[in-house]
Amino acid sequence: MKLTREQVIHISTLARIKLTEDEITRFSDELSDILTNFDELLAKIDANVDPLILNELSGVMREDEARPSLTQDEILSNAPDQEEGCFKVKAVLE
Amino acid sequence: MELTKAVLAHIVSTDDKIHSYVTVTQDTALKQAVDADKRIKDKSATALTGIPAAIKDNMCTSGTKTTCSSKMLENFVPPYNATVVEKLNDSGMVMVGKTNLDEFAMGSSTENSAFGVTSNPWDYDRVPGGSSGGSTTAVAADQALFALGSDTGGSIRQPAGFCSVVGLKPTYGRVSRYGLVAFGSSLDQIGPVTKDVTDAALVLNTIAGYDAKDSTSVNKPVPDYTKALTGDIKGLKIGIPKEYFVDAMQPEVRTAIEVAIKQLQELGAIVEWDVSLSLTDYALATYYLIAPAEASANLARYDGTKYGHRATDGDSMWDIMEKTREDGFGTEVKRRIMIGTYALSAGYYDAYYKKAQSLRRLIWKEFNQAFSKYDALVTPTSPTVPFKIGEKTNDPMQMYLSDICTLPINIAGIPGLSVPSGFVDGLPVGLQILGKSFDEETILRIGHAYQQATDWHTKKPALK
Repeated sequence: MKLTREQVIHISTLARIKLTEDEITRFSDELSDILTNFDELLAKIDANVDPLILNELSGVMREDEARPSLTQDEILSNAPDQEEGCFKVKAVLE
Repeated sequence: MELTKAVLAHIVSTDDKIHSYVTVTQDTALKQAVDADKRIKDKSATALTGIPAAIKDNMCTSGTKTTCSSKMLENFVPPYNATVVEKLNDSGMVMVGKTNLDEFAMGSSTENSAFGVTSNPWDYDRVPGGSSGGSTTAVAADQALFALGSDTGGSIRQPAGFCSVVGLKPTYGRVSRYGLVAFGSSLDQIGPVTKDVTDAALVLNTIAGYDAKDSTSVNKPVPDYTKALTGDIKGLKIGIPKEYFVDAMQPEVRTAIEVAIKQLQELGAIVEWDVSLSLTDYALATYYLIAPAEASANLARYDGTKYGHRATDGDSMWDIMEKTREDGFGTEVKRRIMIGTYALSAGYYDAYYKKAQSLRRLIWKEFNQAFSKYDALVTPTSPTVPFKIGEKTNDPMQMYLSDICTLPINIAGIPGLSVPSGFVDGLPVGLQILGKSFDEETILRIGHAYQQATDWHTKKPALK
């Protein structure tokens, strides 16, 4: 699988990572190399079985009891920016 | 207290060369040592009370920075403890520091740290392995008496092999991951890095067990693992999977592993050579699709909003977020997020992620079939001795191949133990022992019996 420059830019947009020109070129080559390798291998085998999920559980519930949680100060202690007890970011809707 | 002070002094005199630690927690250590002395005096001490230990810097420690060796979390101070840290604190551990790792545990050499490379104490020009490289160098160089590591594809065992210490990846679900910074959630597991197998059993006794805060931890009783260390492995059936002796294997490593296996035979184990795990070749691709896919989802949380790095120059929320992730993540982390995002993206999901998860079932089944015949499987931990710093940094595919013997184990979720098993030109070789799910006892028993008959684990690096 050869990844084009446009595909690399598309993936980086999906992943919300800005890439430099150098990184776009580098990842285009490296990811193509890695995926070609994987494609060749995966083409050699059928895997018509259900995907494996280890220690599969469903509907794990805890008792509906109040218990201590972190305080507002603790939650905000690592915030890059805050105001009046809230995390502060640039406007989401413009 | 004397022990703690001695270890702290030894860290000061040796760590400029090795760089095991991201943070040395001297104040915490001295305070915990005082508490430990009290417990020893009033006879409420446990086996780990007062023992200086190191914690990989991707496990949350309340009030102490937890960086994941990433610029993204450079100043992150968790407001809570990981469950394993809580349990070790309860047992009276003295935490001397947080150890270096490949950023977000992604790597096989501890070269991908935002805070500098860690060197192998056996040869400072070589890598210690990774990603728990700082934990294994700390134990190898007596900068801690034990450490915790995390293992997603070999990150405890491979560096343990490279540094000539013991490393155990327990069964998926045996140890709570609450407070471990998530990488590949269906693969990650926390385990001990120790000087010998007895210590590994003692640490596992303390950290194992169900935790309501980690819904993938399994509610099974925890045995006393030290009781498994009988020294007797007569009659145990051990299979040697031939696919783990890869073409690229260093011949001297092969010889060392063969000698170790013969030793197990002399101890009374029934060894069967040439066992086949025919899907081993597919493990690498399976792993490097599943782990990055899960990483791309787990690392989506680093958006510069609630904690961690945030870029300051940007016009809109999205712009700032993209720049935050551009500056905050290193190259390998970006590479894996990119692979993972691609493998999960519309039109490719079935061909990559879903196929990898189906292959995972086949690999798991093949291990189960092998374990219906054998009590344990034995392989090399790595196909080579530690490589030179910088040797593989520009070739991600070659770097990924260095985990070829360890990553199938995470795919199947089974436990694996690496024990020191010799040297090639002064560089360590590790022997990997694999067991059935939740049968850590058998692999610890084999590792312990091997250490009764050999003295590789007692050898120390010269540190010069």
